[in-house]
Amino acid sequence: MNVTQILFWFLSVLALFSALMVITSKNPVHSVLWLIATFFAISGHYIMLNAQFLAIVNIIVYAGAIMVLFLFVIMLMNLNKSIEPQKSKWLKLAGAVAGGCLLLVFVAALKDSEVHLQSAEVNTGDIGLISNLGKALFSTYVVPFEISSILFLSAMVGAVVIGKKE
Amino acid sequence: MPINYYIFLSIALFCIGIVGVLTRRNAIIIFMCIELMLNAVNLLLVAFSKMHHATALAADTATTAGTDGQLFVFFIMVVAAAEVSVGLAIIVMMYRNIHSVDVNFLNRLKH
Repeated sequence: MNVTQILFWFLSVLALFSALMVITSKNPVHSVLWLIATFFAISGHYIMLNAQFLAIVNIIVYAGAIMVLFLFVIMLMNLNKSIEPQKSKWLKLAGAVAGGCLLLVFVAALKDSEVHLQSAEVNTGDIGLISNLGKALFSTYVVPFEISSILFLSAMVGAVVIGKKE
Repeated sequence: MPINYYIFLSIALFCIGIVGVLTRRNAIIIFMCIELMLNAVNLLLVAFSKMHHATALAADTATTAGTDGQLFVFFIMVVAAAEVSVGLAIIVMMYRNIHSVDVNFLNRLKH
């Protein structure tokens, strides 16, 4: 077992454990903090796959901007453990069983697929570096890039319109 | 790493997100679980792009195959950021109207 494999298992266990803590914590603030831990573990996976641009964007956009927005909203509403709404025990059990069945179906369908003879290259390959992605983004994908700026503008206007009083 | 490790990791993260959506009533937690599912898919897309690059590298040493997958992940992140801003504005408006983030209060369409 070399360093790459140890890192892979460590990051995977960290991601799965933090994701489980997101859905089991009673306090919404703890859920947000565990979700940030999950995003850092996924960023670690990106770095291991040598997708450094996406790792940085994941940390800045998700763990930085989006999660701070979530924290602001939760603290604005002053949510805490005592007013946290809970589903009944049977509904929770049914939800967990349904999710488990989906997991079972996915695993059973993909267990013997052809694709698992191949492997993803780790620590090598330079397609994930900023220079290569930037060249592709501003030549082949320049139209979607500009359209996404319009999307951002409309989302910003929409958020202000929805959020303002009356 | 073998690609099926990444496939199973992403499936597990995605199913955890689905269980969260099904078992919680807090609208913000449900929204966070949707973000978790988006990230599981992103991780699988990056792993597949590296797998595609590895196979294309055998034929051509200067290939840029796999760039498309990573740019797709970038655009998913862009759309997710826009989605979060609008979604949280909707949740804030809902809290202002019914003084709760419990999704079970929003059942007026059922009756």
